[in-house]
Amino acid sequence: MNTIAQPVLEVRDLCVAYGKVEALTNANIRVGEGQIVTVIGPNGAGKTTMLSAIVGLLESKGQVAFNGRVEVSPDVERMVAGGMSLVPEKRELFGEMSIEDNLLLGAFHRYRTGKRDHAETMNEVFELFPRLKERRAQQAGTLSGGERQMLAVGRALMGKPRLLMLDEPSLGLAPLITREIFRIIAELRKTGVSILLVEQNARAALAVADYAYVLETGGVAMEGPAHDLRDDPRVIETYLGLGGKHQDMLAT
Amino acid sequence: MDLQIAILLGQDGITTGAIYALLALALVLVFAVTRVIFIPQGEFVAFGALTLASLQGGNTPATLWLLLGCGVAVAAVDGLAAVRRGDARRLVSILGWNLAYPLALAALFYASQPGAMPMLLQILVALAIVVPLGPMIYRLAFQPIAEAPVLILLIVSVALHVTLVGLGLLFFGAEGTRTPAFSDAQFELGSIMISGQQLWVVGTSALLIAVLYLFFGRTIYGKALRATAINRNGARLMGFSPVFAGKLTFLLAAFIGALSGVLIAPVTTIYYDTGFLIGLKGFVAAIIGGLASYPLAAAGALTVGLLESFSSFWASAYKEVIVFTLIIPVLLWQSLTSHHIDEEE
Repeated sequence: MNTIAQPVLEVRDLCVAYGKVEALTNANIRVGEGQIVTVIGPNGAGKTTMLSAIVGLLESKGQVAFNGRVEVSPDVERMVAGGMSLVPEKRELFGEMSIEDNLLLGAFHRYRTGKRDHAETMNEVFELFPRLKERRAQQAGTLSGGERQMLAVGRALMGKPRLLMLDEPSLGLAPLITREIFRIIAELRKTGVSILLVEQNARAALAVADYAYVLETGGVAMEGPAHDLRDDPRVIETYLGLGGKHQDMLAT
Repeated sequence: MDLQIAILLGQDGITTGAIYALLALALVLVFAVTRVIFIPQGEFVAFGALTLASLQGGNTPATLWLLLGCGVAVAAVDGLAAVRRGDARRLVSILGWNLAYPLALAALFYASQPGAMPMLLQILVALAIVVPLGPMIYRLAFQPIAEAPVLILLIVSVALHVTLVGLGLLFFGAEGTRTPAFSDAQFELGSIMISGQQLWVVGTSALLIAVLYLFFGRTIYGKALRATAINRNGARLMGFSPVFAGKLTFLLAAFIGALSGVLIAPVTTIYYDTGFLIGLKGFVAAIIGGLASYPLAAAGALTVGLLESFSSFWASAYKEVIVFTLIIPVLLWQSLTSHHIDEEE
C-alpha cells in the first residue's frame, strides 16, 4: 500500500470492459503529492486502458478520487480543468499546427477560465526544452520522434497540471532520446507536479520512480517502493532480466 | 457575345461566387470539425432570406416558433441532465439560452412593430432568430450520434434537410420573395455599371472571410477548433469539449448561411427550397477544395459562380447540369493525385 496522507489521485476498484472482455479488473492505485509513481507491465496488461479510464476517455466502473474529489464517472473536460493532464501513447499532437500553437492549446482550459499566464508558462517550457524554442514556428508534424514526445510533454505542462500522466513516453524512441526523456521526468519532480508514469521500460521507470505497481492481465499483481521492486527476484526475472543489461546503461 | 455582356456576366458570377464561397467555407468547417456533411446548410440561407422578407412584410416570421420549439426541446433534454447532476449553474445557463432568449425575442414582436424598423435592425432580428437554430439543431440531431460513422451522419443530415425544407414550405408558403436592395446606388467604372447591392455582397463576403481567417489564425478558440479538426482526441485532452466544438461550428455555419441569405435576397428570388440548390453549389466548391482546404474552396466557389453565370448565357437550360458536371473531372483529378483519406478510427 502506497501510504500517503493526502493522495492527489486515488483509484479504487477500477474496472473497464470492452464489451464482454474485461481489460481492467479492480485496479487500486494511489499517487501522492509530488510523487513519481510508475505502472509497469507487459503489453496488453491494461496500462493504457487504465490511464484512459482515469481521465475519462473510457467508460469505467469504480471510483477515481482526484484532489480529494470523488468522481464516479470521470469526464475529460472536468478532469483536465481540475489539473489532470495525460500525455497519450500516440502523443496526439496537432500535426498541421506550429509548435507554438500546440503549446498554446495546452493552456486552453486555463485560458478559458480566465488564467491567462500562458506566455510565462511557455517560457518555462522552452527552458526545459530549448529545442522546441528553436523550432517554435515549425509544424509539429515535421518533428522527429523525440521532439514530438518533448512537445507532447511540454503541451501537457502548459496546463500547469497537478498530476501528469505519461503513457509510454519512451515508446519508439532511440536509446539516447529515451535517456533524455527520463532525465526530464526526474527534473520535473522539482516543480512539485505528481507524475503517474506508465512504462514498458521497467528499468528506467523503476530508477526514476518512488513507488511502483506491476500490472498483469488487467490487475495489480505487485506493488511496493520502487527500490524494493528493483531488487525483487520476480521483477528481476520478468521485467529486468533479458535485455536488461542493455537498458542498464541507459537507466543511470 | 461582346465585352459588355462578358463584363455583366462576370460581375454576376463574382457576386454569386462570393456567396458560394461563404457556404463552401461553412461546409468545410462543419465537415472538418464534426465530420458532418451539412446538406441543410442551404436551408439556413432560405430561412435567413425568408425570415427577413417576412419581417419586412410586417409579419411575425414562423421561424420564431421553430426557435421556441427547438429551445424547449433542448432545455428539456439538457435541463433534465443538469438537474440529475445537481448542477445549478449549468441549469441556469441552459434555461437562459434555450427558453429565456427565444421568449425575449417573442416579447420583442409582441411589444413592437418589426415591419417599421430600419432595415439594419430587421436584418439583425432575422439573424437573431435563425442563427441560434444552428447549435440547437446540433444538440438535437448530431450530438447524440457524434461518434457515428460519416455515412450515418450524412443520412441524418439528409433527413434534416428534408424536414427543414418541409417546415420552410409550411412557414413561408410556396411563393418566392425578393427583399429590397440595401442601397440603390449605382457606380460607373468606365463602361462598367456596378450596383450597390453587388458591392454589399462581395464586400461583406470578403470581410467575413477575412474575419474568419483571423479567428482561426489568431484566437485561441479558433485554433482550438482547428485542433479539433486535426486531432479530436488531442483537443479533448486539452479540455476542449467536442460538444462545445460542435455547437460553436454549427453556430458559425448558421450565421454564415443566414447572412448569405440576407445578402442574396435582393439579388435573386428566394423560395422555400432555393437554399438547397445554393447550398449544393457551395458544396461543389467545397469538393474542389477537397473538403479540407479553405483557399481552394473559395477559388472553387468563384469558378462555380462564373461558370454558372456564363453558362446561363450560352446554354441557360443546361446551366445546373454544367455546374454540377464540374464535380466529375475534379473528383477524377483528386482520386488520381491525392492520397486516400481513411476514416478516423
